Amino acid sequence: MCLAVPVKITKIDGKEADVDIGGISQHISLWLTPEAKVGDYVLLHTGYAISVLDQAEAAETLKLFEDIAKADK
Amino acid sequence: MKFISEFRDSELAQGLISDIRGKSKQKVRLMEFCGGHTVAIFKYGIRQALPANIELVSGPGCPVCVTATSDIDKAIALAMVPGVIITSFGDMLRVPGSRASLQQARAAGADVRIVYSTLDALTIAQENPAKTVVFIGVGFETTAPTIAASVLQAKEQRIKNYSVLSLHKLCPPVIKTILDAGEVKLNGLICPGHVSAVTGSNAWEFVARDYGIPCVVAGFEPTDILQCVDMLVTQVENRRAKVEIAYKRGVTPEGNLQAQKIMRQVFEPCPANWRGMGKVPDSGLKLRQKFADFDAEVAFDIKPEPAVEPKGCICGEILRGVKTPADCRLFRKVCSPENPVGPCMVSSEGSCSAYYLYGEH
Repeated sequence: MCLAVPVKITKIDGKEADVDIGGISQHISLWLTPEAKVGDYVLLHTGYAISVLDQAEAAETLKLFEDIAKADK
Repeated sequence: MKFISEFRDSELAQGLISDIRGKSKQKVRLMEFCGGHTVAIFKYGIRQALPANIELVSGPGCPVCVTATSDIDKAIALAMVPGVIITSFGDMLRVPGSRASLQQARAAGADVRIVYSTLDALTIAQENPAKTVVFIGVGFETTAPTIAASVLQAKEQRIKNYSVLSLHKLCPPVIKTILDAGEVKLNGLICPGHVSAVTGSNAWEFVARDYGIPCVVAGFEPTDILQCVDMLVTQVENRRAKVEIAYKRGVTPEGNLQAQKIMRQVFEPCPANWRGMGKVPDSGLKLRQKFADFDAEVAFDIKPEPAVEPKGCICGEILRGVKTPADCRLFRKVCSPENPVGPCMVSSEGSCSAYYLYGEH
């Protein structure tokens, strides 16, 4: 029920935004993430963005996984 | 970066599995609090991938499952009031109450509509000014701010025929209840990712500090969960207990301050009834006096008959992590997703549904 999916913001209009979900456009609310900008990925939960995803942290996590996988070989 | 496929990479997952296998010596029992994690763990075969000394038990993290029968009865009683349109997330419709489900109430003529978002419920209210639209507010800290936002929007847009039956639950108080009961011994907690996106990982500090149990917040992709298990095992092996985040792209220690603010603005904590755990202090949310006009409990004086629990159903014990669906005499024989007896079989995130669908007997 706490399902949330990463979606990319394509347009912002006040407290609302259009997002791209695998090629489909959806209108969502930014009431909970006023700091979100066009181009950001947000976690979408029941029509509301609940968190702006941090690209740098994501890249760092993936780098860590790659290092672990390399160490394993 | 698409934030999905990268975290499903099998080579990276394999690396994490090898790392866990190399590190993990002691027998450990980890609880995944969140129903979303339960489903992901089954779906990606994570139980089978982990060494035998790591046991995963499911917790009470499914809002539909923990909603008390008496509260479902209340929602059904509201649905039967003439002029009321009930709006609800889809999962709630098939949950059996004492005498019927919302779906059966709909079949009997009640106007019950599934919505994806409270935004849809507000639209229904605007389109039906002669009716009263009640939203069945079920969910944890992830969902409660979205419902609080809908109340603020209704107030701002002067939508007067919209109200909320607030059955929200808060996660940290119920974890405390489970730990205090001591029925299930845990060596680590896989903390819910999207609840923590709102509350921040700081919400779990008391678990590490007061109970000495390592806590790691996890995302929902396979490498997220494996990283979480890896970090928990590392803490256990090094005899440490602290709160860490294995989902740094979406969760911070402080959480979403705006969401917390909106939630506090509209709701205040209250005692709540949990299936399997009874009344837990300060674990629910009710609308503040200032928003009484939007409170379905105030607008309607609903007093359903005393609740009757389904006979033989052990959902309560399953939600506490004390028993598994395999321990239930009804599982697969009488109770199935087509004919659910208890809520853990109804909800797509319930343990019984996950055990049933992914074949663990």
